[in-house]
Amino acid sequence: MNVVAFLCLLFFSGVAFAAPPSLAPPEGFRVLDTPNDTGKSLSLVWKASPSDSKNRSIQVWAVESPHAAFKKVAEFPSNTRYVKAGDFPWWAQPAGKGEHYVKLSSSQAFPIEDGKSYAVKLLVREGDQEAWSEIAEGRPAPNFFNQAQVNNLVFVLAFTGVLLASIAAARRNPHIYLRRIAGLDAVEEAIGRSTEMGRPILYLTGSGGMDDVSTIAATVILGEVAKKVAHYETSLKVPHRNPIVMAVCQEIVKEAYIEAGRPDAYKDDSNFFITSDQFSYTAAVDGIMLREKPAANFFMGSYFAEALLLTETGASTGAIQIAGTDSDHQLPFFVTTCDYTLIGEELYAASAYLSREPVLVGTLRGQDFGKAFIMSVLVFGTALATIGVIAGTENYFNYVLDLFKDFK
Amino acid sequence: MIFLKRQLPLAITFVVGVIFAVQYYVPHPISEEAITHAADTMKIVAAFALLLGIASLFHVHALKIKRQVPGWGYSFVLYLAMFVMIVIGFWSGGENKVDGAQTGFGWMYEFMMVPLQATMFSILAFFIASAAYRAFRARSREAAVLLAAAIIVMMGRVPLGQFLLPWTWDLTQWLLNVINSAVRRAILIGISMGAVALSVKIILGYERSYLGGGKDQ
Repeated sequence: MNVVAFLCLLFFSGVAFAAPPSLAPPEGFRVLDTPNDTGKSLSLVWKASPSDSKNRSIQVWAVESPHAAFKKVAEFPSNTRYVKAGDFPWWAQPAGKGEHYVKLSSSQAFPIEDGKSYAVKLLVREGDQEAWSEIAEGRPAPNFFNQAQVNNLVFVLAFTGVLLASIAAARRNPHIYLRRIAGLDAVEEAIGRSTEMGRPILYLTGSGGMDDVSTIAATVILGEVAKKVAHYETSLKVPHRNPIVMAVCQEIVKEAYIEAGRPDAYKDDSNFFITSDQFSYTAAVDGIMLREKPAANFFMGSYFAEALLLTETGASTGAIQIAGTDSDHQLPFFVTTCDYTLIGEELYAASAYLSREPVLVGTLRGQDFGKAFIMSVLVFGTALATIGVIAGTENYFNYVLDLFKDFK
Repeated sequence: MIFLKRQLPLAITFVVGVIFAVQYYVPHPISEEAITHAADTMKIVAAFALLLGIASLFHVHALKIKRQVPGWGYSFVLYLAMFVMIVIGFWSGGENKVDGAQTGFGWMYEFMMVPLQATMFSILAFFIASAAYRAFRARSREAAVLLAAAIIVMMGRVPLGQFLLPWTWDLTQWLLNVINSAVRRAILIGISMGAVALSVKIILGYERSYLGGGKDQ
């Protein structure tokens, strides 16, 4: 009898050991208001498990009202959606490294509105087995400040401070060295050449509107060019793609002629609108170049595919050409076809260079400090990242590297 | 007068500049609404400004026709094309298609405007060839380096080049990913700093020549 009982016990315990282990629900599941957002998403966080695998899936079920039925809103393998280094800055982390993190954004299928409460639960599935997590609740709310961008704000404020300090220093000591910019030195030469040849000067402000910084820079340079043009009594033609830019440029050129003491030489139609269509404008300007053969062409501002069509036509007429753009993708075309090209920041520096106003020149020194800082960070960051990889201590160095990353 | 022409625009520039600089750091829906509202306002202003542009266009070409300056015939063609397009545009109700059928306006856009635009764009291929020819003449050391890099990249980018000189593929990738990217990023960093500096100057009123005049008046 004892032997039978022993065998039965052995048999059933064997069955019990052979049965597959039941699925464990996700641990530490919580629903958070997503930090630094518009209040239209929830953040789901739970602990990683050693048994996470691609064969095991996680389903997210959510509901707005406690009385409504839960709805499946997302599904993914359980070995995905981990928090990785670099996902969040160390000073604004909604979840720890190694935890699972899912941002549940508002969608047509499951709209999320700020101020409303949502209940969420997770379903773990593997084969026929299932396990539900506890229900967690969260209420999304909009934020007034994106904490992840605090480093960006600090750098902007610091850079502004450096600029203001440089301006103050320039006011005290206006003799600041400026390196020569050949393209801007050639402005005088180009205008003089046009005067000698009795041909007009063509000035383009690019394809941007007044909300484009490069267009503003182009209009500022136009003012300086117009003063010299007024002095030499040369004809100036400024065809436009944007009527607002045209109105601004009309005012700038008019003021420049007044400042140069030649208001009588100002012509109201020196600034004129052509069209806002890219290639129609290009065709019209090419036509002006070929018919009127300006002796000097200025291409300032931002440009797209029309850049080469304009400058190559200008080069074929033998005009002296000066370009200045921040459109880096068009720079090769300008460098190839123009006599002088202001590359990127030189366009923004042009007004300071031409006017020699101490206040404006001072900002160039501020920019130099900024560039020196960026270069130091590049060298320092590269060294830290390399040492981190070699020594296996990148986690510690990430605290420093996060300071210089752009987080959204 | 000086208040309307100088102080008021500077005050508006400062206030709006600061608001939209701060807006970048504020994810709240109020911030999004503000930027959307500003974009809509700019669209409305741009629509009204278009009237200024059209007036300028009419004025310039009317003067050319009146004075019969060389090439005044083109101005006449512009008036004619604009008149025909406006009349047919109104006749078609401004629609390209009505009940699946193409309108006169749609026909003119598709079979006149689009081919003309495509023609201008296609000229770019020939202009690239002529500009490349000028740039790649090895007259100086820099131009010679440019020529060598261009040949390697061209060979590395076309199937025949890769077949004849397989090593050009790796060298091309290295040139583009290391040399080219490094220079491009350096330019972009300079552009960004210049743009921020110019924006700060404009917001704080140090740069005011875009208002006309330049110096403080």
